Amino acid sequence: MKIYIRSSACISAQNTFDNDGFLNGIIEYNTTRLVAVEPDYKEFIDAKLIRRMSHVIKMGVAVAKRCLLNGNTEMPGAIITGTAFGCMEDTVTFLTRIIEQNEELLPPTAFIQSTHNTVAAQIALMLKCHAYNNTFVHKGISFESALFDAIMLLNEQEADNILVGGTEEMVDTSYTVLTRLGLYKRHPVSNLSLYDTGSKGTIGGEGATFFLLTDKPSPDNLAELTGLTTFYNPKDTEDIKNRITTFLEKHAVAFEDLDLVISGKNGDVRNDEIHEELNNSIFKNIAQANYKHLCGEYTVASSFALWLASNIIKKGIVPEVILETKLKVTAPKKVLIYNHYQNKYHSLMLVSAI
Amino acid sequence: MDQSVYVAGVGVISAIGNNVAEHLASFERGEAGMAEITLFDTIHQHTRPVAEVKLTDDELIAQTGLSTHNGRTALLSLVAAREAMSNAAIPGLENLRVGFVSANTVGGMDRSEDFFVRFLADNSKGKLKNVFDHECGSMTEIVADQLGITDFMTTISTACSSSANAIFYGARLIRNDVVDVVVAGGADAITKFTLNGFNTLMILDDEFCKPFDEHREGLNLGEGAGYLVLVSDKVAKTLNKPLYCTLSGYNNSNDAYHQTASSPDGTGSYLAMQKALDKSGLKPSDISYINLHGTGTPNNDSAEGTAVKRLFDPAYPPMSSTKSFTGHTLGASGGIEAVFSALAIKHGIIYPNLRFETRMAEVPFEPETRFLKNQDIKHVMSNSFGFGGNCTSLIFSRV
Repeated sequence: MKIYIRSSACISAQNTFDNDGFLNGIIEYNTTRLVAVEPDYKEFIDAKLIRRMSHVIKMGVAVAKRCLLNGNTEMPGAIITGTAFGCMEDTVTFLTRIIEQNEELLPPTAFIQSTHNTVAAQIALMLKCHAYNNTFVHKGISFESALFDAIMLLNEQEADNILVGGTEEMVDTSYTVLTRLGLYKRHPVSNLSLYDTGSKGTIGGEGATFFLLTDKPSPDNLAELTGLTTFYNPKDTEDIKNRITTFLEKHAVAFEDLDLVISGKNGDVRNDEIHEELNNSIFKNIAQANYKHLCGEYTVASSFALWLASNIIKKGIVPEVILETKLKVTAPKKVLIYNHYQNKYHSLMLVSAI
Repeated sequence: MDQSVYVAGVGVISAIGNNVAEHLASFERGEAGMAEITLFDTIHQHTRPVAEVKLTDDELIAQTGLSTHNGRTALLSLVAAREAMSNAAIPGLENLRVGFVSANTVGGMDRSEDFFVRFLADNSKGKLKNVFDHECGSMTEIVADQLGITDFMTTISTACSSSANAIFYGARLIRNDVVDVVVAGGADAITKFTLNGFNTLMILDDEFCKPFDEHREGLNLGEGAGYLVLVSDKVAKTLNKPLYCTLSGYNNSNDAYHQTASSPDGTGSYLAMQKALDKSGLKPSDISYINLHGTGTPNNDSAEGTAVKRLFDPAYPPMSSTKSFTGHTLGASGGIEAVFSALAIKHGIIYPNLRFETRMAEVPFEPETRFLKNQDIKHVMSNSFGFGGNCTSLIFSRV
């Protein structure tokens, strides 16, 4: 069975939400924390609801609706989301009040909206969608887990037009804690020269990206999602190379068939070492691109990469701002996305022209 | 794709026992696990009974052999998952593809609460090791590392239906030929966060809960973990002991009515039960016992009762809510109750619904109040419904 990406939508630190153009007006930031570019939510969400919703809920619901519109679909056959941290804004609010108010006179709204499945639930509620609804919360492969579930549902012929996405918000508290844990750089950097800093730490990001998956061919589909796999704690770089080779072999694709590799480099020398080794070995003769300088590092950042790959294939354009190598690529047919999160969780997504 | 998936092992820890044998004994004695809270200081100590696992964090650490404490949820998870693995005793496990699909809703929140007190006063303070494993996924990872599972791992969080979803996701991994064996279920510890959360919703009973009783006033929070070891047809044939049952049906439907409340006619729960029956090819009259979601809140039991009536009327199988023993263990409840369902089939037992006195006005049936032995249990339905309208029903069948 072939699985197609019928449509997509994305909110990120770049202008990715509007449909006109593709990565137009790249935004340069001088910071260690990229904040999502907010659309006008009123077009997608009832004004009364907007006031109650946290940032991640608004992003998730608006992107889900835009994705359905882009795919000319009113009712999805399933709703599946991935998020590692869930609804941080409401979680922090409720936790703060418990402590500051000594457990007394707490309003329930923040607790109600703090559960990890809130985004998927709010989408179902708005659409009155009674179909399969699931939320995956597994660290750096939360989005891949959701995507894997969607692929299985299609294979099982249980549902069609599956709405699947990744959402993550960065709030002040998580930014402060993650900075103390050493995830981010100590000094502001230009995101557009992220890979030249040669220092530890990356830049934080946030966003929401959704896709509509189907097994029905159509000239309107963006791309084919040819394969997906994840692996955990590889022994060394040789092990990673072997797993990538095995993955491609399973899908009958040779390295030279790949037109573009999109890697998850994030500007942290410890993180990027693996990417450098692969780029200088198995990916050596393939055009290479990066994306985290545009969207920042976050647990579901690979969903941004899949959005990028699907649209590159559909539009036949590789934006120069993502290219690492000088190799010119026109109208790529096969794109491999390789991401790893702190060298624990690794994922591969293979996207092909329809 | 349509191959059968079997239950080869079970493991459970909750307020009424630290393993399967202790649970069976507590059920037979009719002993509930609720009491005053001891895990942390709270203003609700004397007014909100909870069903705590009767082991402190230190005792759990000693029992599990973990060197660090990264969340009570992970400790509970490891105890039950290990019991399930050793109970299944699968020969040649090292040559099989093994997965771990675990669910929870609080992650390392108990440790984050400690961190947050000092952090709030000064955001350069608070021990980082207490917040390092805040994520739900960390609980799964810690346990998978201890079990030596690397082939497939993920975490599901859909509020109170979380681990029921984990179980049937595990079954689908086998059916899709991704793994041969999967440990699936979930865990959750009681935290100040959830206790206060449910308290603000005014759905905590200040007495021991009375599921499916006309005068029920809310739920008691519980904690624990429950896991099944699911195996493929091929693996099932290699086992040296009898299987518990097969997972014959499952469904996840959404109520799409309200973020926390269930629809009055129980749309989501009705759809989940009905479609799980469709999946298993069974009729309502084939069900020998229903392990109800039965939280004890006015809203849930009314919606679930109405949905049961719509589907089963006029012939009702015996049914009960084991939350009258364990409290509502949130993300663990689907896993814990799946273990009870498998044990009901294996031992031919039906669990009592404690403290039931008065039939609910809206339904023509009552839950079973006695512990029944020597029953002919062929098919058990287990319901798990949660916030966000997430409704899941599982059906287990005798092999």
